[in-house]
Amino acid sequence: MNELAKALAGRYGAGAWHDQRRDLSSVVVDASKIRDALRWLRDEAGYRHLSFATAVDNIERNAFTLTYALRNHETSHALIVHCDVDRENPAVDSIHRLWGQAWTYQREMKEWFGIDFPGSPRVDEEFVLEGWEGPPMMRRDFNARAYSDETYAERPGRATKDPATHMKERLYPEAAE
Amino acid sequence: MFVKKLKPAPLANEGLRPEERELFCDAAPTSYKGATKIVEDFYNWARAQSLWILGFGTGCGAIELRPLMTSRFDMYRYGIQARPTPRQSSVFVIGGYASVKTLKRIVRSYEQMMGPKFVVALGSCTINGGMYWDSYNTIKRIDQYIPVDVYIAGCMPRPEALLAGFQELKRIIRAGGAEGQNEYAINFDWYKANQKKVIKNWDMPDYSW
Amino acid sequence: MSREKTHVIPPAERAEPDLSSGKYLVMWQGPQHPGITGNMSLKLVAEGDTVVDCETHVGYLHRGFEKLMEDRLWMQNFPLVCRIAVPEPDFNEYCYAAALEELAGVEIPDKAVWLRTLSLEMIRLASFLMWIGGQAGAFGHGTIAQWSVTMRDYVLDLFEELSGGRIYHMYIIPGGVRSDVPKDFFKHVLETMTIIRKNLDDIELVMFHNVVFKMRAQGLGWIPREWVDEYGITGPNARAAGADRDLRKDPGYLAYPRLDFKSITGTRSDAYGRAEVRLAEMYQSIDLIRQIVDRMPKDGPFREKLPNPLYWKIPAGETYVSAECTRGEYGFYVVSDGSDKPRRVTVRGPSYTHAISLMERLARGVNIADVAGLMVSLHTYPPEIER
Repeated sequence: MNELAKALAGRYGAGAWHDQRRDLSSVVVDASKIRDALRWLRDEAGYRHLSFATAVDNIERNAFTLTYALRNHETSHALIVHCDVDRENPAVDSIHRLWGQAWTYQREMKEWFGIDFPGSPRVDEEFVLEGWEGPPMMRRDFNARAYSDETYAERPGRATKDPATHMKERLYPEAAE
Repeated sequence: MFVKKLKPAPLANEGLRPEERELFCDAAPTSYKGATKIVEDFYNWARAQSLWILGFGTGCGAIELRPLMTSRFDMYRYGIQARPTPRQSSVFVIGGYASVKTLKRIVRSYEQMMGPKFVVALGSCTINGGMYWDSYNTIKRIDQYIPVDVYIAGCMPRPEALLAGFQELKRIIRAGGAEGQNEYAINFDWYKANQKKVIKNWDMPDYSW
Repeated sequence: MSREKTHVIPPAERAEPDLSSGKYLVMWQGPQHPGITGNMSLKLVAEGDTVVDCETHVGYLHRGFEKLMEDRLWMQNFPLVCRIAVPEPDFNEYCYAAALEELAGVEIPDKAVWLRTLSLEMIRLASFLMWIGGQAGAFGHGTIAQWSVTMRDYVLDLFEELSGGRIYHMYIIPGGVRSDVPKDFFKHVLETMTIIRKNLDDIELVMFHNVVFKMRAQGLGWIPREWVDEYGITGPNARAAGADRDLRKDPGYLAYPRLDFKSITGTRSDAYGRAEVRLAEMYQSIDLIRQIVDRMPKDGPFREKLPNPLYWKIPAGETYVSAECTRGEYGFYVVSDGSDKPRRVTVRGPSYTHAISLMERLARGVNIADVAGLMVSLHTYPPEIER
C-alpha cells in the first residue's frame, strides 16, 4: 500500500498513513481536498464502495474528525479517510454526487453533530428525531442522562443505579456497617 | 364505574390546522358504564375468550410474537389472533421500549382502538426504562402515557412467558379488574398532559378517535 | 415497471408530483402495518395503483446506542450491543468483541474461533428462516412462515442449550466465548440440521415452483449491476445482481478460510433471483455448520483471561471490523482514546442503504400491493438503521 500512500501524499497532501491490519489502513486528508481525494480513490484507485461516513467529536482540540470508510473489493482492502473540521462552524464539501447513499449519512451527521454539508439534498430533514429542540445530541457536551432524568418520569424504588455499589450491598451487607 | 352525565367542554385540538379541526373528534372519552353484575360477568367472560391483538411491532418484543403464531406455541387456541387495524383489535401489546416517535403512534393507535381495550406491556423497558434508562429518546414508564393492565417481565420474555401473561390478563378481565380504558377516560387530562410534555410536535387531534 | 435496466438516475433526485392536482394519493405504509419489516414507515405517493414516489421514514426505534455506549465501561457495553440488530444479535457481539480484541492486542484461543464461527452460521440460518417466512407471507403464502419460524425455533433451542438465551445470547464476548459446549450439543446440532434441510426441500418445492409467487416476484425490484457500487449494496442483494463479493471469502475472518465453500451469485436481479440466492445460502449454512462440527477442536480453552473489567483501559486507536451477515456488510467502527470507556462506536448496518436510498429508488413504478414484497426482498431490519 505504500504506492497508494505516496500517491495520496503527492496529489492531495495526505498524511499520517497508518496500517491497522493487513486489510485496513487509515489516512488523514485536509478538509478542503476531501472531495477530490475521495473521487480519485473511487475512480482511479479502485475504492468504489463507500461503507459508511461518520464523525467523531474531538472536543478537546475543538474539532470534529470526519471518517469515510471505503473498500476496494478487488484487493480486499478497506481504507479509512479522515478529515478535521472546525467545531465552531463545521461545514464540509458534500459528496452526494459520488455515491448514491452519501446523502443519507450526511443527513445523519447534520442532525446528530450539526455538521453542515452545503448542497446535499434533504440534509435538513428530520432523520431519527422528531420535534427535537435540544442541541445536536452526539456532541460530547450534551449530557444524555441529565436530559433523560429531567424529561422522562421515573419509577421510584431503587436508590442507586450503579451496579457495583448495588451488588456490593447485596453480597456483603456486613461490610456496610 | 360510571361518571356523572356532565357534558365536558370540547377539546381544543390546537395541534391541527384550523380548517381541519372540524374533521376530527372534539369530545373527550367517557368511561364505560357496566350493566348488571351477571350480565357484565358474561360480557367479561366473552371478552376474555377473544383477545385480538393489534399488529404493531413497537420494539424488540415483536420478535417473540412471531413464534407465538406458529403451531409450537399456538396462541390461536387461546383466542388470540393478530389484526392489522386498531378498529378490530382489543389488546395492544407494547413490545418493549418506546422511543418518543413511536410513543406518538402508540397513543394514536391506542385511542383509535374501540373499547373494550386492554394493554399488555412486555419487557423491562416498559417498567423502568430497562437498559436504555439514560437514553434521551426512550421513555421510562409507559403507564404514564397510556394505562397498562398487565406487565410481562423479561428481556425478551419467552413465548411461554407471553402466554402466561395472556392467561393473567384473562383472569383479570374475568374478575372485572381490567379497567385501563376507564382509567384513561377518567384521568384523561393527566395522561394528555404527560403525553404532550414528551411529544414535542403535536400535530394530531387531542383524542384520535 | 421496475424492470428497466437503463441509465442510472443521479442519486436523490426525485420526481416531484403535483400533489394539488387531485391525481395522487399520499399514504403511509407503516409504522403500524402488517406489510413492513419492523417498525419503520414508507410514505408513498400513488397514482391509481402505481407508486410514483416513496420516502422512507425511520427513527421509531432510535434508542441512541452510540451515545449510550460512550457512557458505559467497555465490558458493560456487550449486553447492549446485541440489541442493535434484533433478529441477528451475534454479529453485533462478534464485531464489537473483535474490535476490542484488536485494539487491546488480545489473541483468542482456537476453540473460541471455531465456536464463534458456529454461532454466526447458526444465527445466519435462523435469520434467513425468518426472512423466507416474511417473503412468502408478503405475497399471501402463509404456510411457509409457519414452517420456517418453527424451524427457526429449533435453532433457537440450540442457542438456548449453548448460551442460555433464545434471542439475545451474549455468548461472544471480548476474550473468546462465554461458556464451553454442553454435553451432546453437537449431536443435537446435527439432528436439527437434518430436520431443517428436509424442511428446506419442502419449502423450495412449495414456494419456488408456485405460479403465484413466480408471477409476483419475477421482475419486481430489478437492481442493475451498476447500482451495486453506486449505492453501496452488499450481501445477497449484490450477489444476485452479479457482483461476486462475500466478506467471508475475501478478506475472510474467523475460521472461514479453513472451510470449503463458494460465494453464491445469481443470474436474476429481481425479488425472485434474490430469493433463490438466499435459499442457496441457507443450504450453504447447513453445510458449513456440518463442516464446523466436523473440523473443530473438541478440547482446549474457550476464553482468554482479560484484566478486571471494572478497570480495563484499552490503548488509543481506531478500527473497523466487518462481517458478512445475512443482509450484507455489517461493521463496527470503534475509536478509543485510552480510557476505560469508548470514545465513539458506530455501527454500519446494511439496511441503511438498502432501506433508504435503494428502496426509494426501486419503489417507483411498483404496484401498491407489491411494495411489501419488495421491501422484504431487500431484507431490511430497521433497528440497525437508526440504532
